[in-house]
Amino acid sequence: MIQLTIITPDLKVFEGEVSEATFPGANGSFQVLNNHAAIVSALGKGTVSYTTKAGKKSHIIDGGVVEVKDNKIVLLAEKVID
Amino acid sequence: MANLKEVKQRITSVSSTQQITKAMKMVAAAKLRRAQDRIIKMRPYSQKLTSILDEVVSAMGGELEIAYAEQRPVQNVLIVSMTSDKGLCGAFNSNIIKATVSLIEKEYKGKNVTILPLGKKAFEFFTRRNYKTKTDFYEVFTDVKYDEVRTIAEFAMNGFISKQFDQVVLVYNHFRNVATQDITVEQFLPMGGVEKLASKKITTNTDYILEPSKEYVIRDLVPTALKTQFYKAVLDSNASEHGARMTSMDKATENANELLKELKLMYNRNRQAAITNEILEIVAGANALEGS
Repeated sequence: MIQLTIITPDLKVFEGEVSEATFPGANGSFQVLNNHAAIVSALGKGTVSYTTKAGKKSHIIDGGVVEVKDNKIVLLAEKVID
Repeated sequence: MANLKEVKQRITSVSSTQQITKAMKMVAAAKLRRAQDRIIKMRPYSQKLTSILDEVVSAMGGELEIAYAEQRPVQNVLIVSMTSDKGLCGAFNSNIIKATVSLIEKEYKGKNVTILPLGKKAFEFFTRRNYKTKTDFYEVFTDVKYDEVRTIAEFAMNGFISKQFDQVVLVYNHFRNVATQDITVEQFLPMGGVEKLASKKITTNTDYILEPSKEYVIRDLVPTALKTQFYKAVLDSNASEHGARMTSMDKATENANELLKELKLMYNRNRQAAITNEILEIVAGANALEGS
């Protein structure tokens, strides 16, 4: 399981365990699975989706940056639309 | 000396004023709590952003070129002056306006200064006088949201990049605690501390993959960091406003209390005097009757 945190300056959008997560990278979307290498990626406008125990969820974000390290993902989004 | 009825009227009016100031204090306290909450909520974001930025910068190994840090001879200045929408908060607004005016008249004398007022008070002050203003954003404080603040920061940043402004300065009340606000004049652009950033030693040994490229990530992160800094200043000013209002309303309530005490004393003294007078008259009347 991977620990995923999605935060904006205004609020914490999501925090919890996910089995996979997909991000809208600046050069196309990519997926993060367990034991992914450490990465910092700039994100473009697009959909972030992830799978929790309760099922699949997604948000649309307007740019941001994501850091993956030791099975922890932190997504800093400037704006989450819905 | 004022007569009984007048004193009584004053007592009623002062105590109803006191009720209002008490209520305002309570409202300000609640709003302050919410404003502080906002600051706390944004903390994880800004901390993480700083740590990522540090990682990326250390990965760059000192070769850092940031457009937002470009030092130019200062000719065109943008001053962002943050006040509140409403009064009754002590010297909160006048301090900011004074600081802004002194910046214009001293530090930036002879320069082309544009003022970007945030909050109705600054807007009213600077638009009524002969200042060059940019007033698209003055209503942020009705509901502080990152999304709106971001557009203001972007306006200032784009202005800097397009050489419309050579320097951007923020003037705001820094929230020290509920009772104390520090007037802060902060240079927003050109970005400071870049050399310090670049000279930072590598702190972690995690080898990050940077997507799509180092340069892209840094070019993406720096504006975000700037916007966060701007947002922080706005939140700080917002919290300060409610803190200032709370303190000044608390003082007003206290003053009303003291005034009431004095008035009550005066009222009772007057009442006593009136009673004594009446008794005197009766006794004198009785005496006169007895004498005849």
